[in-house]
Amino acid sequence: MSLSDTVAYWRYRVVPDHLLGELLTKRWIDNVIPAVILIAVVATFGALIPDFFSAGSIGNLLRQWGEFSLLVLALMIVMVAGGIDLSVGSTFALGNIVALALLNVAGWPVGAVVAATLGCGAAVGLINGLLVGYLRLRAFLTTLVTLIIVRAVVDMLLLKYSVAIAAAFVDSDIWFFFGEGSVAGLPFSVVVTAVVAIAAHLILSRSRIGWHVLATGGSRRSAHNVGIPVRRVICLTYVVSGTLAALAGVLFASRLGGAGADTGIGLEVAALTAAVLGGNSLGGGRGSAAKAIIGSITVMIMVNSLVRLGVTSGANSLLLGLVLLGAVAIDVRWLKNRHKVLSKVYVSPVFAALPPAPGTDAGSPYALNDRLRGVELIGLGEIDGPEDVILDDDDHIYAGNRTGDIIRFLAPDYRRWEVYAHVGGRPLGMAFDRDGNLLCCIGGMGLYRITPDRRIEKLTDETNRSWFSIVDDSRLRLADDLDIAPDGRVFFSEATIRYEMHEWPVDCLEARGNGRIVCYDPATASTRTVLKNLMFPNGICMTHDGQSFLFAETWGCRVSRYYFAGPKSGSVETVIADLPGYPDNINRASDGTYWLALVGMRTPSLDLALKMPGFRKRMARRIAPDEWLYPNINSGCVVRFDDRGTILDVLWDQGGENHPMITSMREHRGHLYIGGLLNNRIGRLKLPDSDPDWTGQRAYWGRS
Amino acid sequence: MSIFGRLTQEQIVLGLAVLLCIGFSIALPGFLTANNLLNLLRSVSILGILGVAMALVVIGRGIDLSLIAAMAISVAWTLQLIGTGMPVAQAAVIGVVFCLAVGMINGFLIAYVEIPAIFATLAMGTAVYGFGRYFLFNLDVLYFPDHARYLLWLGQGAVLGVPVPIYLFAGVCLLAFLFLRQTRAGRYLRAVGDNLAAARISGVPARPIIVLQYMMSSLIGFVAGIVTAASVASMNTRIANSTFVYDVILVVVLGGIGLSGGRGGIRNVIVGTLLIGVLLNGMTIMDIQYTLQNVIKSVILLTAIVIDTILNPRDEQTAQQGDI
Repeated sequence: MSLSDTVAYWRYRVVPDHLLGELLTKRWIDNVIPAVILIAVVATFGALIPDFFSAGSIGNLLRQWGEFSLLVLALMIVMVAGGIDLSVGSTFALGNIVALALLNVAGWPVGAVVAATLGCGAAVGLINGLLVGYLRLRAFLTTLVTLIIVRAVVDMLLLKYSVAIAAAFVDSDIWFFFGEGSVAGLPFSVVVTAVVAIAAHLILSRSRIGWHVLATGGSRRSAHNVGIPVRRVICLTYVVSGTLAALAGVLFASRLGGAGADTGIGLEVAALTAAVLGGNSLGGGRGSAAKAIIGSITVMIMVNSLVRLGVTSGANSLLLGLVLLGAVAIDVRWLKNRHKVLSKVYVSPVFAALPPAPGTDAGSPYALNDRLRGVELIGLGEIDGPEDVILDDDDHIYAGNRTGDIIRFLAPDYRRWEVYAHVGGRPLGMAFDRDGNLLCCIGGMGLYRITPDRRIEKLTDETNRSWFSIVDDSRLRLADDLDIAPDGRVFFSEATIRYEMHEWPVDCLEARGNGRIVCYDPATASTRTVLKNLMFPNGICMTHDGQSFLFAETWGCRVSRYYFAGPKSGSVETVIADLPGYPDNINRASDGTYWLALVGMRTPSLDLALKMPGFRKRMARRIAPDEWLYPNINSGCVVRFDDRGTILDVLWDQGGENHPMITSMREHRGHLYIGGLLNNRIGRLKLPDSDPDWTGQRAYWGRS
Repeated sequence: MSIFGRLTQEQIVLGLAVLLCIGFSIALPGFLTANNLLNLLRSVSILGILGVAMALVVIGRGIDLSLIAAMAISVAWTLQLIGTGMPVAQAAVIGVVFCLAVGMINGFLIAYVEIPAIFATLAMGTAVYGFGRYFLFNLDVLYFPDHARYLLWLGQGAVLGVPVPIYLFAGVCLLAFLFLRQTRAGRYLRAVGDNLAAARISGVPARPIIVLQYMMSSLIGFVAGIVTAASVASMNTRIANSTFVYDVILVVVLGGIGLSGGRGGIRNVIVGTLLIGVLLNGMTIMDIQYTLQNVIKSVILLTAIVIDTILNPRDEQTAQQGDI
């Protein structure tokens, strides 16, 4: 390697470019901006106000914060479902006056007062919910109107009862505890808020109704179409919001014990600012209790600190207005552009130098010929994308298709076919085990087993999570091909952990080595990753010695051998280092050698591009995906090689008319059956020199 | 069904207003006098002018909650400047420029930053009020300076026995009507309100039109503010925090201008204003408590929104996600 290549190699090996994109895919990344704002606010006011961090100052702030953040939580729950509740401020005031009137004037016991006040808030919420949820009014205007009505009701109650409230004296320890008491050093209101926040978090993230709420906010129409009772869910969020607002009112009443005319005025704007600042999206679908808490702390500190700094009330509303505008602007732009940013930074190519490609001219082992021209076609136009084909003891052909079925072509003439099993996903590599079960790697789903009586069973869809991987690599995204060891262990390849199935060409562009080989052990029903960081591992084939398997790395253009037993257990050897094309499936041949499919041939342009990661990164950022440089998958061939890596035989179809795009081949009773991921046919080629009785079943399991 | 099916909301509201008029005329002595009717019209003309401002925005599928705050602060600032000795014209120009700036920022935030109109203007209203109180003046109420008292004619004068605010209301209505019907920008405004995406695709400069609509509403708001200040010889900036802006929305929605945009015209505003005027006048004569009046108005607004939703149902298939 030249010096510049070495530098490029280490530059892209050491600097983890891909982590930024992976961070952006995480849901919790949304909380970063609000958290940074919070830290900035604390730092600013902590520096400006002398005893900002003193115990007394914080204790005072905490008790107010408890009430305020209950309102923000109330608003958050409504916002997550796609609505908005501006009446929280008025409901808060209503809760305050109702609690005081019932306690001071009517003299009810504290328990009954709390229950009645919460009921009052729930009733206001129910009105909102009926109007917005069931009558489908616009949430903003409707709750504005209920804000005015409830405010007017509060004013009327104030006129009637404020004197009586001020005159009465309440002697109740519980009531006193609500307002002044502490639990483990924390004010009572904070404890209540913490309980509510944890409950809200658990319900939203882990319960059926919480998922319904999120789904409704995320896409109302889709939620309706999958059968979620959208109207009821929305109504319910308003009831919860009204109840929480009333609860905050009770806490406020117990703390101050007085009913003022300005209680709760403008609180809805502050709560809305807090909710949006925390990262809860207007319009729903994105929001959490944590976001509400972060936002409420930030706004509480800002408002309170301004008062303590002695700034006039005008500055307060100016600041709230500007912060609300800024927060909404960030929210809107972030939501709109997040996926654009993600698509720009997610693809992060590395330096990958392939060995020079051997030629295909006359003297080369890969010399061109037309031996595939005579292929017979099975199921032409009737099957869509048989990535792999396999034959059973009775000579029936099994092949997966694009619509998630495993199709069986019936022997002897293969003119009739049936859906053997509908498994869903994208059926890829297949193998029969000792008992005649058909094991199948299904892209997007995992490893599945179809028993001879056509029962479909999931074997595994997850493996062990890597400690330091940012994307969750425990789920199987693209299980590709498998083979079964003599002891029954199933080794299968997962092509990439960073991309979805349909994005497989992008994985080539990145050339990072995102694939792995995973082992499923039926004895313990456990799954674990065996080999990592492979460049799109694809075909897997057990060697004839029963101690190792061969695997092909498609973008690495090589075939390697991994020993899982015997003296060399755990080691990897390269068998063929410099293939002229991209290898796909490997299968056994009858004479102790192996068949290998080359799905496409390398091109000098892409080989060069692989050595220029910066070029590929710019390409991925600046031009549309259909203009990108992609690996060629149009012309390929079938290769036979032995376990020392010697190329013994090559089968070509130069025009590609009869059988383009080969991804697999399977020898069976003197014929070679050929499949292709994007093909509409299965090819069948007579092999004149091979054993006419050899079958894969017999080679693996000793049966005939 | 067949009768109601043919009636538009505008006709229903007009009928209601007439019915209320007849009812009040019979029940309330002193309602049906020329003096009271002129007084009624005069008292609602400010609401009507603001209604026209709001209508222009609502037809363009927006809403302007900062209307009252911009009006109060700009007029109060003008009065303050006049009070410090600045020539009236210069002070008025500053007030107008302030209003236009607020409208332009609103429009920019809504059209270019794509913040939902309701939030942008809500936050702008709060910010504008805070800006005025913090930077411009310290008083809640600013009085008309003595040397500019001739301006009071705008609010208190009369021509041929008809109060000036009624003429102003009529003038604003006429201009807005001509704008909507006769100018290209007016038609663009309606197209943008009816279907933003289609308007953009067919080449309408949608974003500038949105900015224009908020600037116009702010400007009309300034006119209404001057009339308000001239009527009572002062400007109370606390009005920015009151529920006055919802009365304005009430007028617009009640008159039959759907909040989903693209529909309705100036006639709807006039009808809505008449009904509210009759209602407020009657309630005042009956001496109903202010808070109760608020409840009654709100319930009527709620009913109007319910009727609006039933008559112009939101299309679930095409409604934008997050259109709240």
